[in-house]
Amino acid sequence: MGHHTNLLSYRRRLFQPSPAGDRKLISIYHSRPLFSVNSNLFCLIDESMWGIIRQNVGVTGGLSSQGLGNHMMRLRPVASAMRSYSSATKEMTVRDALNSALDEEMAADPNVFVMGEEVGEYQGAYKITKGLLDKYGPERVVDTPITEAGFAGIGVGAAYHGLRPVIEFMTFNFSMQAIDHVINSAAKSNYMSAGQINVPIVFRGPNGPAAGVGAQHSQCYGAWYGSVPGLKVLVPYSSEDARGLLKAAIRDPDPVVFLENELLYGESFPVSAEALDSSFCLPIGKAKIEREGKDITITAFSKMVGYALKAAEILEKDGINAEVINLRSIRPLDRATINASVRKTNRLVTVEEGFPQHGIGAEICASVVEDSFGYLDAPVERIAGADVPTPYAANLERMAFPQIEDIVRAAKRACYRSVPMSATA
Amino acid sequence: MEAAITKKDCIITAYRDHCIFLGRGGTLLESFAELMGRKAGCSRGKGGSMHFYKKDACFFGGHGIVGAQVPLGCGLAFAQKYRKEDHVTFAMYGDGAANQGQLFEALNMAALWDLPAILVCENNHYGMGTAEWRAAKSPAYYKRGDYVPGLKVDGMDAFAVKQACKFAKEHALKNGPIILEMDTYRYHGHSMSDPGSTYRTRDEISGVRQERDPIERIRKLILAHDIATEKELKDIEKQARKEVDEAIAQAKESPMPDESELFTNVYRKGFGVESFGTDRKELRASLP
Repeated sequence: MGHHTNLLSYRRRLFQPSPAGDRKLISIYHSRPLFSVNSNLFCLIDESMWGIIRQNVGVTGGLSSQGLGNHMMRLRPVASAMRSYSSATKEMTVRDALNSALDEEMAADPNVFVMGEEVGEYQGAYKITKGLLDKYGPERVVDTPITEAGFAGIGVGAAYHGLRPVIEFMTFNFSMQAIDHVINSAAKSNYMSAGQINVPIVFRGPNGPAAGVGAQHSQCYGAWYGSVPGLKVLVPYSSEDARGLLKAAIRDPDPVVFLENELLYGESFPVSAEALDSSFCLPIGKAKIEREGKDITITAFSKMVGYALKAAEILEKDGINAEVINLRSIRPLDRATINASVRKTNRLVTVEEGFPQHGIGAEICASVVEDSFGYLDAPVERIAGADVPTPYAANLERMAFPQIEDIVRAAKRACYRSVPMSATA
Repeated sequence: MEAAITKKDCIITAYRDHCIFLGRGGTLLESFAELMGRKAGCSRGKGGSMHFYKKDACFFGGHGIVGAQVPLGCGLAFAQKYRKEDHVTFAMYGDGAANQGQLFEALNMAALWDLPAILVCENNHYGMGTAEWRAAKSPAYYKRGDYVPGLKVDGMDAFAVKQACKFAKEHALKNGPIILEMDTYRYHGHSMSDPGSTYRTRDEISGVRQERDPIERIRKLILAHDIATEKELKDIEKQARKEVDEAIAQAKESPMPDESELFTNVYRKGFGVESFGTDRKELRASLP
């Protein structure tokens, strides 16, 4: 959810005295992502869901520059937008970001088409393709039967012939039905044909856990697809990520696996005017430093970026200044940015929702050990999904996926701040 | 088949792709060099026997996963229809692949959307070592399309094959998918390591060769109608053997690919990303 929005509207109130008479800086976090129906979040949010931290900034006539500076660091993207543009910064949900990216790319290139289950008349199982059928017609927005192997293969064949398909898997769990086409038919073709047959296809859809959908609908496929040479694997977090990376993926001449997150679809993020432009693309293979820090590096992707940012706020109170890296791309993995960060901070926590064995964190840890061993002051810590099929019961499911306190605890361990071990075993 | 179609009609097949490649205009040198894994090969030595391609003649490979080429072929037909071309796609598969689920998934969509796809089942009666009656409850592969019409064709009769393909192309452009079952035979084993005799009798093999061999049939026809003399036919054969021998000799001369080729063509656009050899401290490369 856009805590940035809340901070924005609060910033305008900062200069008005509160009933108590002193000025307050308010930063807000919550521990579970919430769906935002519109951008005026305060009307809709139940008070009991919020934890509110108040910081007394200073009574002396305005916000002290130091307090504001710390605050501005967390607000970085919003602040820069604020400085460059007029006071009305646009907000956009990830859903709208993806929809607009698809719309623009389909308008720009008649070879781009969308194919998948319920993408047309249903307006998209998660409404990502809403409105596209009306705009582009059934030849370019193609509803399929429930036959993943069939339509993924048809998509790759169309890409062989030069079209630019965007194939939607309702979730990536179902991509396992079609994984042979993603890997053997798409990823390897340019290599096996020595460059004759490239495959400009995008496979997109929600990846990883949602909420209470059970073991067969909750797996993260980042590590599986990320291990395959010939594929590009992208993992957007914010709306800008979603727009920029999807547009780049559609324009890319190689097969791209685009891993979204169901729970992020409804989250709102500020988007710059640059990001709203129809030519906006983000580079593939470059991570983004969401929050700069000097004490520890936390890598994350997709929904976990939000959790890592919140963990960083908590760590800040304990004097640990965390740097949060939003990977944006699993393959190519931005080893340069990760290693440069670890060389600066000397400590690393990797965060992912997927199964821990042979996961993204394992690869990042190996990369850092290989390239920056001498800079590590502590062993690398990995936070990942639990090593079990996803349980249904809400309390067990909560234990199966990383929570903010897990990230905080691991970071403290890496900083040698002892935390009592849990009582189990 | 080639006599009935153009080089803008697409062909896609499985791993027995060598003669299709030649039919599409590939050269003997490219074929033999690829089999030997040399630079002069059609895939520059990077694909191998199962991965011959000729995109400029709309030949899309060359696939090692049994059955995968059928949805891919329907995808080619999808693109042809999307672009409103007047061309069709021949998606070829064997009797072994005919039971694959993805074939029926793709056929269903091809029929739903009237794609110009012609599914060609090269029925040589053995899926590797398993005879068709042991693999398929219904080995009438031309009927397996259910709602998609099918023709059974004598695959050893070149003229029948030509007529069938001509008919199928006209049909597919007007009415959508059609199945052609080509009744044929495989003299040799499945691959180099299969003697081909543990699951069938030698008499069966030699019997088919005597009675149904396609080249023999043409030869007899030519001689019977005085289109050419025995000697002329012998000369054609000698010439063909000569060309093959020359191509093999040339292919042997072709060098192995440069070691740098290990890292080429991973992506069409690699952004200079790093890739690694077996020992990444020893060998890294930047993908262009």
